[in-house]
Amino acid sequence: MIPEIGHFALILALCVAVVQGILPIYGAAVGNSSLMAVAKPAARGQFLLVATAFGCLAYAFAEKDFSVLYVAATSNSQLPLHYRLAAIWGAHEGSLLLWTFILTLWMFAVTLFSAHLPESTRSRILGVMGLVSIGFLLFMLTVSNPFERLIPAAAEGRDLNPLLQDPGMVIHPPMLYMGYVGFSVAFAFAIAALLGGNLDAAWARWSRPWTTVAWCFLTVGIAMGSGWAYYELGWGGWWFWDPVENASFMPWLAGTALVHSLAVTDKRGGFKVWTVLLAIMAFSLSLLGTFLVRSGVLTSVHAFATDPKRGMFILAFLAIVIGGSLALYAWRAPRVGLGGSFVAMSREGMLLANNVLLVAAMGSVLLGTLYPLFLDALDLGKISVGPPYFDTVFVPLMAPAIFLMGIGPLAQWKKASLPDLAKRLKWAFGVSVVTAIALPIVMGNWTPLLSLGILLAIWIVTTSVVSLRERLTHVAGNSFFERLASVPRSYWGMLVAHCGIAVFIVGVTMVKGFETEKDVRMNVGETATIGDYLFRFDGAQDVVGPNYTAARGSFAVSRDGRETTVLYPEKRRYTAQNQVMTEAAIDPGLLRDLYVSLGEPLDNGAWSVRLYHKPFIDWIWGGCFIMALGGVLAISDRRYRIAWRRQEPAVAEPTRAARRKVA
Amino acid sequence: MTRFLLPLSIFIVVVVFLGIGLKLNPREIPSPLVGKAAPDFSQPQLFEPAKVFSPADMKGKVWLLNFWASWCSGCKTEHPVLMDLAKSGEVPIYGMDYKDQRDEAMTWLSRWGNPYPVVGVDDAGRVGINYGVYGVPETYVIDKQGVIQYKQIGPLDSETVEKKIIPLVKQLEAQ
Amino acid sequence: MNIQWIALIVVLFLSGPVWAGEARPLADDPASEARLKHLAVELRCLVCQNQTLADSNAPLAEDLRREVREMIAKNMSDQEIIEFLTARYGDFVLYRPPLKATTTLLWVGPFLLVIVGATALIITLRRRASKVVDVPVTEDEHRRVEQLLTEGGKRP
Repeated sequence: MIPEIGHFALILALCVAVVQGILPIYGAAVGNSSLMAVAKPAARGQFLLVATAFGCLAYAFAEKDFSVLYVAATSNSQLPLHYRLAAIWGAHEGSLLLWTFILTLWMFAVTLFSAHLPESTRSRILGVMGLVSIGFLLFMLTVSNPFERLIPAAAEGRDLNPLLQDPGMVIHPPMLYMGYVGFSVAFAFAIAALLGGNLDAAWARWSRPWTTVAWCFLTVGIAMGSGWAYYELGWGGWWFWDPVENASFMPWLAGTALVHSLAVTDKRGGFKVWTVLLAIMAFSLSLLGTFLVRSGVLTSVHAFATDPKRGMFILAFLAIVIGGSLALYAWRAPRVGLGGSFVAMSREGMLLANNVLLVAAMGSVLLGTLYPLFLDALDLGKISVGPPYFDTVFVPLMAPAIFLMGIGPLAQWKKASLPDLAKRLKWAFGVSVVTAIALPIVMGNWTPLLSLGILLAIWIVTTSVVSLRERLTHVAGNSFFERLASVPRSYWGMLVAHCGIAVFIVGVTMVKGFETEKDVRMNVGETATIGDYLFRFDGAQDVVGPNYTAARGSFAVSRDGRETTVLYPEKRRYTAQNQVMTEAAIDPGLLRDLYVSLGEPLDNGAWSVRLYHKPFIDWIWGGCFIMALGGVLAISDRRYRIAWRRQEPAVAEPTRAARRKVA
Repeated sequence: MTRFLLPLSIFIVVVVFLGIGLKLNPREIPSPLVGKAAPDFSQPQLFEPAKVFSPADMKGKVWLLNFWASWCSGCKTEHPVLMDLAKSGEVPIYGMDYKDQRDEAMTWLSRWGNPYPVVGVDDAGRVGINYGVYGVPETYVIDKQGVIQYKQIGPLDSETVEKKIIPLVKQLEAQ
Repeated sequence: MNIQWIALIVVLFLSGPVWAGEARPLADDPASEARLKHLAVELRCLVCQNQTLADSNAPLAEDLRREVREMIAKNMSDQEIIEFLTARYGDFVLYRPPLKATTTLLWVGPFLLVIVGATALIITLRRRASKVVDVPVTEDEHRRVEQLLTEGGKRP
């Protein structure tokens, strides 16, 4: 009964989505206020309906209803409740429901925070989101129904893939989807602006907080996925340039470019056409990601079970949504105005140069990801494009981008002077270069990449310090703290996000340069040294988990004779699928991670063991969280808060409308 | 105006490729060995370990070399097809028992039938590596000069046998 | 006590659970193992979804690692080892695609993108500079907007 309610809710949601996708947009085109007024209740109704469906699926999982095919396929009666709930998005159908649910959640958010928008704009935005939602709902109802019954019901479920039975699974996909789908708001804003023909600076101002929020979610989502791979896969790697990882990274790069390009459009009214294109691109790449993950055109560690019918559906959907938007873009963009003037050597110019590099980086990831497919389709042979390619290509693209990142915030808007910038930055530059050369030598391992990494990280930090110092001399306030407090939050946000990049670079560089690993065979009582740490193997015991049995090794770790910690890596055998998983044990630290994973049992209770000492690795994810924190700071800035709080009448007074045009 | 059409054009190209991609199998890797001489080996035979099996013995004949194992489920799928092909006498199928237990392999063949005149044993998987085998079953069509003419990745089915293998064998026989 | 017993005790003493003994490396020759690792991270495991030869536990990956180990022991160069593998499995095993006619676009593409992008940006900025006459958003207006918004925010 409950699954049928869920199914029915989805059908109703589809009907609502159709109404929401058609009437408000038509109403906005003909200026019919009552048609436009449909948008808000429809979006809220759709949210409630999809939330109901989501709740029904969650209920089926919680109640172990194995008469639902999807539940039987991805869970098991022994699976703990939190993983049963996470199993909702453990495979194709349910993750699609999560996608749609989050899409309607964003719609609902738009209805809450759009009181200050002109009614026609709001209607178009919600209408476009409704159209996107039609595609997903149709997809679920036709070829990927999560509520499909299994008759007769299975006695026992097939269980969730053991790789996914991890706290990471509970939180990573929702975060990532919040990011992916969040770009749909910026996308809808862009399409609405193209439809309405009023692509003004106000549009950029409205889009900015939404884009930044989505970007924050995506940043955190990707970081969590990377961290999860690090401890779960047992190889100690944190990024594999796998097609599915790339699928999440491309919208991030486009989104990052968008965040910066919105700044130019907001400030100068310029490059609107480019910003609109980026907004379309960021969401299109999110959609492309779902295609790549679900269609089976590329092999990936993370891909869902695939089915060509589904692939065809998503491809058709992609063609309509993205093709339609780009066609609209080609039609409308030529009529958009130019905006304010500025020269190449200005903050705007640098932001745009950074955009070029970010988009080129995005294009390279796309090229590398799809190239094997291109060659295969043209029957020119099969190749693999993997980490060595991306590493080689990425460093030369990102290094200048990061260099510009240091200069940009110091350059004046409109027109900057190069000699002046050079003068202001000479200390930062000197400190960076000296540190970059000296530090690796002091640490006893000089490589060009190590030096480059340190150079870029120190460069970001020192230029940020210079920027902050200059900023403080310009703001009002007597005491130091008063002046600190009067610096706007959006500025802090930028500074923090940039420093997040620096932290990230330190992590990547130090791990690449100084990590050590050892493969040893350890008898009980034997020790192995890695870094400054001594590991003593105290044997392995059999333990029983809720749905697995495991051998749990015990390693006493000490440094200079003092015990640091005890680590318990496991080798688990999950009973339902009889699958063996390596559960690494990690002692995380600010300056290093100690990582132990069990290999195979040898004779006499000995095991083959892999030990890692990974300096600064947590900085990689720490850096990402700091970036996201920067984003949060930026949107908490006064001007966005005010824009959200002000409840304006639907039809704005003339003075306010005029004011909005200049904003 | 044209520059505004550029994104759409790029997108259309990508979509066309993705569409073609849906019909391709990314996991099937074409062998660079097709058109090259079949690598030599000399492996003990399954039923008579004292004797060796070598492609040199096959010079002047068109034959199939089928890598299989008793643990491989795809081999069970294609087995009836191999039996039919062996019965038809169109082409001899020689087996290579890939990374298997000898007794289990013999039990498997006595249970399901033996389509092979001779089965070689590749217990270490070395011959497999030399032939570029990456998953059993895989089948090679080798001509009179000992050159690999075709490689089937995965189980043979009767359609492939009728439409590809037998015409190819006939053509090679005629040379 | 005969010689066998003594031998057994010696063996037990040397190999048994010796307290605080240093664990032996898994590989007999850590140097060649390091070389194997260096090679294997750029090679693709053929049967896996998308894993390197170094990371995979698939039987074929183990066999191939064994082959590579033997080739290292035979003092073959990296180039020879890679040729051995591509002769059997094609370029698919290489995660770093070799530069060929078919992969030129792959290797040049990223830098082409930057050059095209930078050129387009410079041309656009130049053309823009000559076209822009009016300035829709001036600093002055910005200040005014900020002021108005602040006042708006303070209103209850």
